[in-house]
Amino acid sequence: MTKKLLLSGNEAVAMAAQYCKVNLGVGYPGTPSSEILDEFSKLGGKAEWAPNEKTALEVAIGGAFAKGRTLATMKHVGVNVAADPLFTIAYSGVPGGLVLISADDPGLASSQNEQDNRRYAISAGVPMFEPASSQECYDFLIKAFELSEKFKTLVLFRMTTRVCHSKTLVVPREDDYPAAVINYEKDAKSNVMIPAYARIAHRKMRNRLAEIAELNEAGEFIVEKMRSSEIGIIATGISYMHAEDAAPEASILKLGLTYPLPLERIRNFASKVKKCYVIEEGDPIVTETCLANGIQVVGKNEIYRYGELNVNRVRRILSGDVTPEAAPVPGKPPQLCVGCPHRKSYEGMKALDLIVAGDIGCYTLGVLPPYEAVHTCVCMGASITTGLGMRHVMAEEQARKVVSVIGDSTFWHTGINGIVEMVYNRPATGHVVIILDNSITAMTGMQEHAGTGFHLDNSPSKKLVIEDVVKAMGVDNVDIIDSTAEYDAYCELLKKRLASNDLSVIIVRRPCILGMVKRKGK
Amino acid sequence: MKKVTNIIFAGLGGQGVLKASDILAEILFTLDYDVKKSEVHGMSQRGGSVSSEIRFGAEVFSPMIPHGETDYLVVLEPTQVEVNISKLREGGILITPADLPLDKLSNPKAANTMFLGALSKHLTEIPEERFIEVIKRFLPEKVHEVNIEAFKLGRG
Repeated sequence: MTKKLLLSGNEAVAMAAQYCKVNLGVGYPGTPSSEILDEFSKLGGKAEWAPNEKTALEVAIGGAFAKGRTLATMKHVGVNVAADPLFTIAYSGVPGGLVLISADDPGLASSQNEQDNRRYAISAGVPMFEPASSQECYDFLIKAFELSEKFKTLVLFRMTTRVCHSKTLVVPREDDYPAAVINYEKDAKSNVMIPAYARIAHRKMRNRLAEIAELNEAGEFIVEKMRSSEIGIIATGISYMHAEDAAPEASILKLGLTYPLPLERIRNFASKVKKCYVIEEGDPIVTETCLANGIQVVGKNEIYRYGELNVNRVRRILSGDVTPEAAPVPGKPPQLCVGCPHRKSYEGMKALDLIVAGDIGCYTLGVLPPYEAVHTCVCMGASITTGLGMRHVMAEEQARKVVSVIGDSTFWHTGINGIVEMVYNRPATGHVVIILDNSITAMTGMQEHAGTGFHLDNSPSKKLVIEDVVKAMGVDNVDIIDSTAEYDAYCELLKKRLASNDLSVIIVRRPCILGMVKRKGK
Repeated sequence: MKKVTNIIFAGLGGQGVLKASDILAEILFTLDYDVKKSEVHGMSQRGGSVSSEIRFGAEVFSPMIPHGETDYLVVLEPTQVEVNISKLREGGILITPADLPLDKLSNPKAANTMFLGALSKHLTEIPEERFIEVIKRFLPEKVHEVNIEAFKLGRG
């Protein structure tokens, strides 16, 4: 009997990575991608948390330069951080195997935006897979490495929240897969993107994409089900599943390798049905590409660009229903846990009526009642720098009320760059940075980071110390305090530092209570 | 069998909603159904609304239950009934704390298994032993007794 498993998409990706003997998995935690590397590590794979996504992708690129097979994982907004190496490696390509997982979050279950990262494949010029189920996560990841190694290109692997976190059946492979042969060879013309070489590489990249488009036309990644000649549906990713439920009578063209698109197959399919719809979540990318190439398809109304699709919404799209949708009954929002060290920290900031430039983490919840303390939150690491911008522009009295609030994992991610900016371009009133150090990457599910003293696989690591680093960088005052145990002293310290023109870092140190449960369980 | 059965477990973070749905999905998986289970893992804080959807049958496509087509809605917390009730189909079955002898539980942490017991009465295609077997496999040994007791109380 064939072995069958019930796996989340993330678990299936991890299992496929282990099957095809990926040499190294690197990422930064971010919902909905976070479980991939933990699972890969549990299966025996070599996996590590990098301080941020750019670092992660670069480490993965290096491994692929050495002809290894490497995997970088991150959430959609993480790809923004990694975009710099992405756009150039798209030109140069890699001699090994390199897959970048982008876990998108349509509907913003746990993100600051719902950007559609299919745009990155088009913009950078790399092929892209979009799995629709855990089985496809498994199969396509292996195919992604094969495509990467055959065409010597990074492959983008675009998942979405429902694909990452839904559990569906997977039949894994049981045969042995050949390991990558690590055999580094210098090839500066391919791997050093000076303008003279990059001009050539750009052309090579376009040629590569043309070849991959041709391969895609052959149909290995296409499922075509001819049923009705009235209605046809072109679908990608999880939208395919909704379409099957919403219109079981319709003909279907399901695409797996979604960039570059197999335009002739699409043209042929569309010609066989009276009305051809494109069902895709997020931006109308396939729709616009079809229309630009003279393929008559019907896309969705603009109201369906927002949020996730589901069976009901696909039914509405197919029936042309653009009446307002019923809003779901709001549930109870998450809150800072009882016993969470951030609670007292915000209580103090609220009492002093501070202007809080916030950041990404559990502590972003300080924007909600009862604290309502956070004024701004843009992206990872932006608290320090946006706070500095306010200090530079505001009148003195107001500038003195500005603090930047950031967590420990986010500090190592990109917050540390803000400290460089602060020391270099010092505001006249100085600045106060509060680092809420709960000694774990809490929001995404308790991952280790450079400052915890543990690697991803829980083995001990060199521990980077925030106070040592910021002192060495030239910050005037560095204090460490526990706002829960020493609340009054914390408030007094805040007042004192805000009154001066110094550059101050206040490290509020108390471990996350859920993190302590995790460590106890070790 | 063509029909797909749709089940939702709902409650608040920390109540064992996901654990109960994990156990049921595993049971259905061992019975060779096509099973899909979907939930949104948000931020890890405690106390927010949580729900998990399970679909099973001969062939399941979308992992998300179409709105208003839920056959069984199991709500572990009274305030969450209102949040989820519109998902239940007409004639679907609602199980809430009011339906269960929760005061008879020797350990309130086993409440989720009691709800699973109450649901199991309706899922006549699944033998009772299969529930017991998977509960034992999914929970640590020291809580087996209290959870099996809770399951049986729920099953009635």
